[in-house]
Amino acid sequence: MTATLNQKPTNPGSRILGLGAFRGDVVVTNEDVCEWIDSSDEWIRQRTGIVTRRRASADVSLLDMAEGAAREALERAGIEAGQLGAVIVSTVTFPYATPSAAAALAERIGATPAPAFDISAACAGYCYGIAQGDSLVRSGTADYVLVIGAEKLSDVIDNHERTISFLLGDGAGAVVLGPSETPGVSPSVWGSDGAKWDTIGMTHSMLDLRDIAVAAENDPEGTALVAETEAKLWPTLRQDGQTVFRWAVWSMAKVAKQALEDAGITSEDLSAFIPHQANMRIIDEMVKQLKLPDTVAVGRDIADMGNTSAASIPLAMHRLLEEQPELSGGLALQIGFGAGLVFGAQVVRLP
Amino acid sequence: MASNEEILAGLADIVNEETGLEADAVQLDKSFTDDLDIDSISMMTIVVNAEEKFDVKIPDEEVKNLKTVGDAVNYIAGAQA
Repeated sequence: MTATLNQKPTNPGSRILGLGAFRGDVVVTNEDVCEWIDSSDEWIRQRTGIVTRRRASADVSLLDMAEGAAREALERAGIEAGQLGAVIVSTVTFPYATPSAAAALAERIGATPAPAFDISAACAGYCYGIAQGDSLVRSGTADYVLVIGAEKLSDVIDNHERTISFLLGDGAGAVVLGPSETPGVSPSVWGSDGAKWDTIGMTHSMLDLRDIAVAAENDPEGTALVAETEAKLWPTLRQDGQTVFRWAVWSMAKVAKQALEDAGITSEDLSAFIPHQANMRIIDEMVKQLKLPDTVAVGRDIADMGNTSAASIPLAMHRLLEEQPELSGGLALQIGFGAGLVFGAQVVRLP
Repeated sequence: MASNEEILAGLADIVNEETGLEADAVQLDKSFTDDLDIDSISMMTIVVNAEEKFDVKIPDEEVKNLKTVGDAVNYIAGAQA
């Protein structure tokens, strides 16, 4: 006698039901940045399009930001935290390797015992989360999934270096995905390119930091320590900007086109284009490569927010919907790309 | 295959499109950064457009060696050969 296993009934589609945002409380201007690096407001604007970036105060944690975004998303979706079938936090800046930010967040918002886990996919993290959430909902594994991109990048930068730190900001964006009679999330086009693993990342590993700490303990005078550690004690982010720019524009334009094709639509069907907010020049060049019609609204939140990694797409989406509420219900192409290197793209119906 | 003169003319068009600089300003002895004021992001755009136009590959690590317009013309001519 062969037993047959039960399967959950599947859902025909998933869609974004609600969106929430939390922005760092401190405005950091280009003038502030020029206190740390030899640059100018004009130089920074010209090369990045950034006018200000928002960062969180010392007493505002990544979880605080994630919670703020999550509560707004739940409220707008009209869903109680207890109904959530999964909580996913995409982040690379939660200061514990384990346990996860998601488990702590689920408890904070009252979603326990929902499954909770983090995704490490840097600036593609939010789109990776949507890929996961969409699959969980459509497979019937979960009815409602909270997907959050949250970053406190100001904890992992060195304000005096000039490859990446001046671009970065802090924030969180959250969506609630739920079942839908018609598809509200297109097939995800996602992937990785580990051959470029070292083009964006930390200066050194946590094991190096441990070894430095051990050396310091054995060296109360501090002489060996100073000699040994020209590098900063605390690992911080760096990037090879030129290589990343080339990959971000020309490789990612192909991914974005593939996402449209897999969704079965053309750029004429889009209401909005919401790329990861890495650099205004990347956004402008992508718009050009994709030959987007003028009618498509483009997320350009980076000018005021800076690059907030996994949080940037939901934050830019939130702002577009605040400023142009008529976009609600329309289709948006979203694409995230970053350290890994990793990328992910989908077309979603805007809440 | 393009002659060096054709490569120079083609590059000048690409630079003009990216920066608005007059094509005449793009001469072999000009430095991309110092004379033409082209930043690293624009340089990458120019490189990718040149790859397409001349059907060559210009790897990332090669880009930093292309200091002058002449360097780029020579590299493209060599890559075509």
